[in-house]
Amino acid sequence: MPGPAGRGGSGLLDPRQLVRSLPDAVRKLNPAALWRNPVMFVVEIGAFLTTGLAIATPSAFSWAITVWLWLTVVFATLAEAVAEGRGKAQAATLRASRRDTTARRLREPREPGTWDPGTWDSGTWDSGAWDVVGAQDLRQGDLVVVEAGEVIPGDGDVVEGIASVDESAITGESAPVIRESGGDRSAVTGGTKVLSDRIIVRITGKPGESFVDRMIALVEGADRQKTPNEIALNILLAALTVIFLVATVTMQPLAIYSKAQNPGMPDTAALGADGVSGVVLVSLLVCLIPTTIGALLSAIGIAGMDRLVQRNVLAMSGRAVEAAGDVGTLLLDKTGTITLGNRQASQFVPAEGVPELDLAEAAQLASLADETPEGRSIVVHAKQAYDLRERRPGELAHAEWIAFTAQTRMSGVNVDGRQVRKGAATSVMKWVRDNGGHPTGHVGHLVDGISASGGTPLVVGEVRGGTARVLGVIHLKDVVKQGMRERFDEMRRMGIRTIMITGDNPMTAGAIAREAGVDDFLAEATPEDKLALIRKEQEGGRLVAMTGDGTNDAPALAQADVGVAMNTGTSAAKEAGNMVDLDSNPTKLIEIVEIGKQLLITRGALTTFSIANDIAKYFAIIPAVFAAVYPGLDTLNVMRLHSPQSAILSAVVFNALVIVALIPLALRGVRYRPSSASKLLSRNLYVYGLGGVVTPFVGIKLIDLLVRFLPGMS
Amino acid sequence: MGAAAAGTVLVLSVVAVLAVVYPLLGDYMYRVYTGTRHSAAERVVYRLAGVRPDAEQPWAVYARALLAFSAVSVLVVYGLQRLQDRLVLGLGRPPVPAHVAWNTAVSFVTNTNWQAYPGEVAMGHLVQMAALAVQNFVSAAVGMAVAVALVRGFARRQADTIGNFWVDLVRGTFRVLLPIAFVAALVLVAGGVVQNLAGPHGVTTLTGGTQAITGGPVASQEAIKELGTNGGGFYNANSAHPFENPSGWTNWLQIVLLLAIPVALPRTFGRLVGQVRQGHAILAVMVVIALVSVLATNVFELSGAATVPQAAGAAMEGKEVRFGVPGSATFAAVTTLTSTGATDSAHDSFTPLGGMMTMLNMMLGEVAPGGAGSGLYGMLVLAVITVFVAGLMVGRTPEYLGKRIGAREIKLASLYFLVTPALVLAGTAAAMGNRAGLAAMLNGGPHGLSEVLYAFTSAAANNGSAFAGISGGSPWWCVALGLCMAFGRFLPIVFILALAGSLARQAPVPASAGTLPTHRAQFVGMVAGVTVILVALTFLPALALAPLAEGLS
Repeated sequence: MPGPAGRGGSGLLDPRQLVRSLPDAVRKLNPAALWRNPVMFVVEIGAFLTTGLAIATPSAFSWAITVWLWLTVVFATLAEAVAEGRGKAQAATLRASRRDTTARRLREPREPGTWDPGTWDSGTWDSGAWDVVGAQDLRQGDLVVVEAGEVIPGDGDVVEGIASVDESAITGESAPVIRESGGDRSAVTGGTKVLSDRIIVRITGKPGESFVDRMIALVEGADRQKTPNEIALNILLAALTVIFLVATVTMQPLAIYSKAQNPGMPDTAALGADGVSGVVLVSLLVCLIPTTIGALLSAIGIAGMDRLVQRNVLAMSGRAVEAAGDVGTLLLDKTGTITLGNRQASQFVPAEGVPELDLAEAAQLASLADETPEGRSIVVHAKQAYDLRERRPGELAHAEWIAFTAQTRMSGVNVDGRQVRKGAATSVMKWVRDNGGHPTGHVGHLVDGISASGGTPLVVGEVRGGTARVLGVIHLKDVVKQGMRERFDEMRRMGIRTIMITGDNPMTAGAIAREAGVDDFLAEATPEDKLALIRKEQEGGRLVAMTGDGTNDAPALAQADVGVAMNTGTSAAKEAGNMVDLDSNPTKLIEIVEIGKQLLITRGALTTFSIANDIAKYFAIIPAVFAAVYPGLDTLNVMRLHSPQSAILSAVVFNALVIVALIPLALRGVRYRPSSASKLLSRNLYVYGLGGVVTPFVGIKLIDLLVRFLPGMS
Repeated sequence: MGAAAAGTVLVLSVVAVLAVVYPLLGDYMYRVYTGTRHSAAERVVYRLAGVRPDAEQPWAVYARALLAFSAVSVLVVYGLQRLQDRLVLGLGRPPVPAHVAWNTAVSFVTNTNWQAYPGEVAMGHLVQMAALAVQNFVSAAVGMAVAVALVRGFARRQADTIGNFWVDLVRGTFRVLLPIAFVAALVLVAGGVVQNLAGPHGVTTLTGGTQAITGGPVASQEAIKELGTNGGGFYNANSAHPFENPSGWTNWLQIVLLLAIPVALPRTFGRLVGQVRQGHAILAVMVVIALVSVLATNVFELSGAATVPQAAGAAMEGKEVRFGVPGSATFAAVTTLTSTGATDSAHDSFTPLGGMMTMLNMMLGEVAPGGAGSGLYGMLVLAVITVFVAGLMVGRTPEYLGKRIGAREIKLASLYFLVTPALVLAGTAAAMGNRAGLAAMLNGGPHGLSEVLYAFTSAAANNGSAFAGISGGSPWWCVALGLCMAFGRFLPIVFILALAGSLARQAPVPASAGTLPTHRAQFVGMVAGVTVILVALTFLPALALAPLAEGLS
């Protein structure tokens, strides 16, 4: 779980990155591409207009305005280019992994897609049972053989064999992972490398639509589609642009009338007999329309996807990222998400008359041959709680080790005439009785008590000197990951319900749910139950997020509004979900929700800032234009700006510079701490609302102190 | 009692009475619009009109019914004016000229009541009663119906319909407007307002001249004029005329009447959506804006920052002595804050900044508390826009009362709030760039521009009050203002009904700790801020050249 620093991501803007993105930024100035962004499109038209006017009647003032209007547009395209630039670097690495891959396609069986494991005889190796083809020529259903050192040519499922695979090309994780036929670890990704052994893979991806292809498209933002909230925001921004367009254009007849009514007043650069000068009108318009958010809107969206990619999550659509911010219910698998992967020994409860230390010693001894995580945890617990040194199986001479099997459900050791066993309560009790012992009712009570509390009891028994007895009970319990309770409390404050999904019985599930602090749980969950639960939550109007990896999770993943498939999972799961977590870390769902929220907050905050900026700009420009005809209006010049020209130029320069100043914020996202909506709003209102009102007053004044020394400013 | 103290008593007493009206009338209207039974009189109307009162309508059908009803209304009002010389109770008056008749018809059907004619000499009793007074009722009922339809959009879940226009129209008229107006008319008669069907009464004045004094059904029209936020007076002088508004306390009663329904509707809204506190929040926004506006208007008028008022001791030009400065300033603020447009003083003669406040009130979209119905739906649109921006800031798809504010909702809300500024500014610009427009101006300078700006603001916002100073009876002005009134009324209504339909179809999202609370002071402040920054500032360039230029010189 990354700390607060990790949440923000690396948002610092590297100046070199700006320079590198410049060519792209200039390319994006093409009006045919820019018209999708109505606000910046209007600014560009305005810049074209003032360029024409500056050429027709050149003056230092009109050229200065023209330059800054063009800079405003360039800053906007630059923001987008920088945001895309980060993804492009990643896409380049991915492309490298894909190129020049060849595949060994099996000729047999002729029927594509059918394969019976084992039918393929290793003797046929020599006879050349395959063709060498380019990876791009593979079709769905083709079978390819991949050996150590080779790159897997396409997405698919392992149908035979087991291999360790280096998936660092897509996950960035250098430790190899195991991929084997059958089960939930059968999916392999094109572009990854087999490190050992040999596998046969059935290709499931269509050419050009492989996982890596999709990933490249995603990180490059090539087929980026506007998300619902982005579309709505764009409509609002377009409406504001229209209103201000009307307000500026209709000002002209009023200005002409006012000028004519005051024949004694001198003409200025801003206002003459034929009204407000075109350059000034355009300046006013550009200052009033919401350029700040208009310029940064698409960069915010791209950067949001990028933040997910940095956390190794691939969102198949921006819509899914946005939906993550709206999630009302989180379904979390118990194992691996809420609890550590396995149950661990937490306590040794001795039977009557047995010293606790003896029980611990016997339990440890009996577990030395048990390599399951539960067995290891017993050894570790004995060592930590009772200071019993862990002995290596080789240390005890003449010892006969009995390993744990699923049939006996016991492990143990026979040494020096003593037999020790530990294992499932029924198995060990039966073993004691078989050896002539009589487990007391007390032991039965202990076992039932542990079960009732949600734990798993393991019984330890021994036969020494012909007497068989039960020494006591080991309490195995699920260990809730550290910090989960706090995490769930945060979720609750954010208004998100957490539901734990587990195959455990309701009693066990309830105990863990209480300990972890989740709001609800679904016990003895079948895939159908999960699907039904998701539907029920959705009917109540809540958006549901979940993680899954198995094929039987696929329907639920598809039904959930945010379905995060684990990269270790099956192809079916990855197809069904709308996000893939390359780290296969189910806890990440919580971070995904936070990133989704941060994306929306950033848009809202910058919109508020942009709109709040308008107040100061009115106070800069209106008196600058009209004080010449009505001197009383100079009262509105609260910033005491130097001259009409310097006031207008300052407003335009501020308007442009604020875009650059906010690029890092747009890329990084505004700070987000999980808290109630009310607190979040207060904070953001103060910072971006009040800040948006005050900042331009200060900024425009400061710029005015500088630009007044430029030629043509008086 | 000093003027400031008198003003304070006036405002506080109005607030106190409205505090009682809010729950009583609000709850009553909730019952009116949710009731399932029809009274005998209503059933007769439904049968005559061939309407099935229990059939619910989708938004498009609702809108079509509303537009059809309004179109027919325009024709009827137009026809009665043009034919008044041939009908009974015409008082022998000639037909109203075509362009004035069109302007007047649109004006009364749109709840504007801009009067391009002098009431007591142009219109006979039949027109006053059968055309104008009827429209005073039904145009207000139409506004209330639209507001209720929008609220149903918020309240319903996955519904295709938003109510039945005819039922809402009839109930608003029969159960809300008629009974209250009836009682109010009686009270006004008791207060000295005239009510008769007599013709002009010739009298010889003290100086020996002769004067025709017109009586008529004044009190009945007066009651609905205020209650339905209409504003069209029987007399040209409107509520400044002693037969319409004889005393300080009838003035007080008129202020209460014109605020009653707009103030109570948020309560109805709260009841309909099942969260009374949401209604409180909407009311709070209205009250905050209204109090600031009333206070500012009073301060500007009482301080009298101009040469003549300073010399005379008070800005009494254009004000009635029996109301004084606070009674006039408060009435002026309230009549423009609602979409009433009745006047008890000449707004044109206010101090420049006081006059600007009356304009600004209308430019805000008349939402504090606005017209009967139109105030509530205007304010709800502003709340939707606020929720959209604020909702993003809490990291969720914005939702208001559980309904998501998506692309379609924002599109309709944006179109709604584009209409008034576009009409006002384009109309004013057209007048200033047009010989016919300029020819009607009686004054020059910033004050002349103020008068033009006021006229278009009043028409587009369906207020109906005038700054005067314009020969508004010319064909160009009649047609231009008529278009402004029609578009200013019906375009927003269509957008509102579409919004209602779109909201009604949604399944609500349950509220959680992550939901933006829309009933707290925080939200109230935000809506007020959005109203001022997004709406009022749009008009700043125009205001700077008109009342601000005059007031700051």
